[in-house]
Amino acid sequence: MSVPRCVWAGLGLAAAIAITPAWAETPKQGGTLTYLIPADAPPSFDAHRETTYATIHSAAPYYSVLIRVPPDNPASTTDFVCDLCTEMPKPTDGGKTYTFKIRQGVKFHDGSKLTAQDVATSWQYIVDPPKGVVSARKSFYEMVDSVQATDDSTVVFKLKYPTTAFLPALADPYAWIYKKDILEKDPHWYEKNIMGSGPFKLVKYEVGQSITGERNKDYYHKGLPHLDGIVGIYAAKQSVRVDALRADRASIEFRGLPPSARDQLTKELGDKVWVQDSDWNCGNILTPNHQKKPFDDPRVRKALALAIDQWHGAPALSKIANVRTVGGIVFPGSPLAATKQELEKIAGYWPDIEKSRAEAKRLLKEAGAEGLKFELLNRNVDQPYKFVGTWVIGEWKKIGLNVEQKVVPTGPWFSNMRAGTFDVAMEANCQSVVNPVLDTGKYLPHKVFPDNYGYYDDDKSIQLYEAMQKETDPAKVRAAMRAYETWTLDTQTHEIVLPYWYRIILGRSEVKGFKISPSHYLNQDLSSLWLDK
Amino acid sequence: MAVITPTTAPADDDTEALLRQHTILGRIINFARRKPLGTIGLIIVMLFAVAGICADWIAPFDPEENDFASMMVAPGIDHILGTDQFGRDIFSRLVYGARTAMIVGFGAAVGGGIIGMVLGVTSAYFGGWFDLVLQRIFDILMAFPLIILALAVVSVFGTGVFNVVIAITIPLVPRCGRVVRASALAVRQIPYVDAARALGFGHARIVLCHMVPNVLAPFLILLSAFVGQAILAEASLSYLGLGVQEPVAAWGLMLQGSAEDYATTAPWIAIFPGLAIVLTVLGASLFGDALRDAIDPKLRDR
Repeated sequence: MSVPRCVWAGLGLAAAIAITPAWAETPKQGGTLTYLIPADAPPSFDAHRETTYATIHSAAPYYSVLIRVPPDNPASTTDFVCDLCTEMPKPTDGGKTYTFKIRQGVKFHDGSKLTAQDVATSWQYIVDPPKGVVSARKSFYEMVDSVQATDDSTVVFKLKYPTTAFLPALADPYAWIYKKDILEKDPHWYEKNIMGSGPFKLVKYEVGQSITGERNKDYYHKGLPHLDGIVGIYAAKQSVRVDALRADRASIEFRGLPPSARDQLTKELGDKVWVQDSDWNCGNILTPNHQKKPFDDPRVRKALALAIDQWHGAPALSKIANVRTVGGIVFPGSPLAATKQELEKIAGYWPDIEKSRAEAKRLLKEAGAEGLKFELLNRNVDQPYKFVGTWVIGEWKKIGLNVEQKVVPTGPWFSNMRAGTFDVAMEANCQSVVNPVLDTGKYLPHKVFPDNYGYYDDDKSIQLYEAMQKETDPAKVRAAMRAYETWTLDTQTHEIVLPYWYRIILGRSEVKGFKISPSHYLNQDLSSLWLDK
Repeated sequence: MAVITPTTAPADDDTEALLRQHTILGRIINFARRKPLGTIGLIIVMLFAVAGICADWIAPFDPEENDFASMMVAPGIDHILGTDQFGRDIFSRLVYGARTAMIVGFGAAVGGGIIGMVLGVTSAYFGGWFDLVLQRIFDILMAFPLIILALAVVSVFGTGVFNVVIAITIPLVPRCGRVVRASALAVRQIPYVDAARALGFGHARIVLCHMVPNVLAPFLILLSAFVGQAILAEASLSYLGLGVQEPVAAWGLMLQGSAEDYATTAPWIAIFPGLAIVLTVLGASLFGDALRDAIDPKLRDR
């Protein structure tokens, strides 16, 4: 007896449905997503000048960028895809010229046409802003010689030298494309206004309360966005955000919750929520002030590093704080990151902590700094600054150091570091796109990287960095990175890198389409999210 | 014609009673019998004070030592009050926290009280423009609630035990000064002050040796109340992250941040420091009330 074809077809369909993983569910159209923005309000809406997620989480859904990390795989540290361009270009001119073809038919929310002129002008303002205009990441684009629109559909970037750092820098999530006419008329207009070409159009902004958007029907990525609307609610206090998620007043928060909140909500809400987690391209670093004795002595700095048991401390801390993975100066998920074996040769990562602490004590004695008393400058932010600070002080106590924690609000924290009025500072190196060559610029001397607060002069460090920056062979870049890392963390111990942060995103179960990335700045246009209601 | 009755020798019981009233021990016993609640309050405060002083001998563990093998252990044999999120022994941190609370509580209360008393008496003594200006300054300072002014002072001077003592001392000065001035104004009218001036005594001698001793009663009452207020203010500042800082043991700090996070999973992290604050402040308040009743002639026999 033969089985009718329709029965086979039905069985096949049923099997297909049964084995289809959750991520392959067909997105549903419609609905309004309410999400939480962990801030009081953004300082401005101009992403070119700002450095905070408050601006990204508020307004990224209203803008386009030239290229970006893949929305369907934002965890990748090496892949980049087009947003406004049509195809990722192959570099020409020995790796010094990148030619981008721009999509046709893209419209700004005011109905005007977006052309290559708008893309080129936006990038010119980012790379080389006119006087009086701030571009927070200008230093990322030192390699760029010029940006030109050769016609309405072509943008050409010419570089001073070929470098692997260029494309990741170009995928910067802050590099929103603005309208040329507006920028040229008033370069500050975008600080208080929102008008882009992204998946959502702004409906209203209530200062410090909420920001509301609706679906952009003219969006150029067909079928997107899935949602009819979005509402971002500002909630700076963690307890408020946790309560909002618990009570279903909001569906998701994109920065990251601490482990305690995750444990509490998953225990209470069960399958009504999901959790995604990832290493975070952010980490705390300890910066000894080289201008202050005895921190001008590399033996003392090395002793500080040797006292800290990272391999045992990180897993324990991960239960109470947003930190987890031990790493060097490069984000642990990157191919350029040190392996565990490579790290274990560096001060502060030795596998035998007793031996490490014995060496620390020996170095302190040799430097005449036994029982050293000093202050650790820290930021008044619980997660993870104060948790990590408390842990580190406990570790230092084990080699006889007497350390007092000086916790100050963000303003004085920065001003103390900028004025050099501290002994050792708990800093953070927080980046967006994983771009190791640029991310590690933080460890360069203050005279070439103003946001380094160690106040050391070190020409060899600059030489090592420049050699790596101008290298294009991946194997040689990696070797150069190891040399730079060993010099920075071991030989000189200019800085002490602590466990990388850990991003925990918790959403209500009806929120689908979210893919976690190693940065809270990435993949925030919300176009691929949908509601299973 | 008046009848004079011969006096008789007092009975033994009366003698003892009289003696009790005139020795320090006797006064203490008398106070304890007449004011049992105040006595309990004093005992609580003294217990915490002694715990703070003897913390090095009482605490079974180093209060600042992280022990990741014992994170958030419930109260039991090894850790009688459990451990916190860093694996630190809560009993040890409470005992050392008592030291912080007493340093701040007594430091700020005594500092603010003495400065306030001297300024209050001086203001009453000199009167005139000096009194006017000083009282307006007091008005300005008293316009702010204690904790708000302390917050402002901490934000200027920074955190740490010493700065917290200063931050709490400053708001207490006008509060003491205003009350003491009222008493000193009455003392100022008594002829012996004029007599002292007529004898050529200096202002400092008159203020410190003749007026201050006569306003000690309200001062002592205020002092006992200030101890409780200062301990509470220190706990509040630490709770807000503006007092002493980790890893120093302080009750308010123990209630901060993670105690909220673990309120359901490890409630002992918040319960015990909360209890310590409540008991100490209650103890100081009960003692202060009883002291006021004992010193105030109108309330003495109630």
